[in-house]
Amino acid sequence: MAKPKIAFYWCASCGGCEEAVVDLAETVLKVVEAVDIVFWPCAMDFKKTDVEAMPDGSIAATFINGAVNSDEQEEMVHMLRKKSQLVIAFGACSHLGGIPALANLTTKDALVRSSYLEGPTNVNPNKTVPLAKSPTKDGELHLPVLKDYALALDQVTDVDYYIPGCTVPVKLIVDAVMAILEGKLPPKGSVLAPNRTNCDTCDRNKTKPEKISISKFYRPYEIELDEEKCFMAQGVICMGPVTRGGCDERCIKGNMPCRGCFGPVNQVEDQGMKFISALGSIFEAKEDEDIEKLVASIQDPAGTFYRFSMAKSYLKHKVE
Amino acid sequence: MSDKTFEPRIVAFLCNWCSYTGADLAGTSRMKYPANVRTIRVMCSGRVDAQFIMKAFAEGADAVLVAGCHTPSDCHYQEGNFKALRRYHLLKKVLPQLGIEPERFRLEWVSAAEGDKFQRVCTEFTEQVRKLGPSRIQIRKGA
Repeated sequence: MAKPKIAFYWCASCGGCEEAVVDLAETVLKVVEAVDIVFWPCAMDFKKTDVEAMPDGSIAATFINGAVNSDEQEEMVHMLRKKSQLVIAFGACSHLGGIPALANLTTKDALVRSSYLEGPTNVNPNKTVPLAKSPTKDGELHLPVLKDYALALDQVTDVDYYIPGCTVPVKLIVDAVMAILEGKLPPKGSVLAPNRTNCDTCDRNKTKPEKISISKFYRPYEIELDEEKCFMAQGVICMGPVTRGGCDERCIKGNMPCRGCFGPVNQVEDQGMKFISALGSIFEAKEDEDIEKLVASIQDPAGTFYRFSMAKSYLKHKVE
Repeated sequence: MSDKTFEPRIVAFLCNWCSYTGADLAGTSRMKYPANVRTIRVMCSGRVDAQFIMKAFAEGADAVLVAGCHTPSDCHYQEGNFKALRRYHLLKKVLPQLGIEPERFRLEWVSAAEGDKFQRVCTEFTEQVRKLGPSRIQIRKGA
């Protein structure tokens, strides 16, 4: 029997998700033994025309990482959807928009200006910015066109499963591949990770007092963090209350608060708003003045609460 | 839509014990207030998840009002109104980052005896939102 065909693709991605696949180490050999990798631009030499030539539905599963923020990525995603039986959103950006979707808190124009013209490290006297078409003496050159906003994969095409994380933990990859090979998949649309929050399993949770009485929030670098105490009780924003677990608490074990990369649990639709609800419940401050002081000490609350999930928030992007 | 024909749509979350009863009193006392306010009764202002407020905005509300029992000691559940108060201050900081004018969101304490205050709050808020104009959120259905 022919081995099932697997493909990997990246959209607006940092390469961390490819790294996660490489992190499979010797396990990757087991995977390679069981499947045929037919497309993986980051690691193997295949061309778009190779994918075009494949029959529809011939790929058993395609893992796509990165947010979708250009017309080229959108085209590739649609093509891979046609060629694949399963499409799996791989990693936080594909699942929720991720870090690229933080740009949804500003406009495309402002983004281009800050990246190419006004950034402190820019030296661009000719004010060159990327253009869809640029005439040259050798003919017209084409570049992918940036979309107005970054999108999660399921905002572009039908997605069968989601593997969360920035980056995806090795265990979740292995479990997902095994589930596909053994045909033991949960209902379509499932996130392939437990439906419990990080606080639910965090060892530090027992150190959290009933009400947290702090007068200011700190960023992690501003204070010496206790290695056993709840981050919130130390005045450091931790997304644990509203973030899906299953990450093996990698950040927390490294004495860093949860940043929310697994996204919300199934019952929550808007991670950032849910975090506001959670924060409102656990603090002691009761006077307007004290609450205002506390709130004022949070740097960039929207960017912090929606660090990975802006594209999948109710608003999806800033209202213009 | 021109400003003349613009009628704000205001979603009001009212707590069962004080503010909803206050609104009821306004009604039974035949006090008039603008029909722009659409009431949703909840058990406590502390039950109003920030998600509810954002969902109201995302689905086209021009403004959102949350009303609960007076602080410090009127809350039927003792501290629910303080949860609402903290969320209010957090939202006031986050809303502008998301491009929503903070004036479109209001928190008020209205007791069961304050039908007149409920009438005044609704009238004032409707006029304030009318001046602000319609929400700029394009209603998006689905993903």
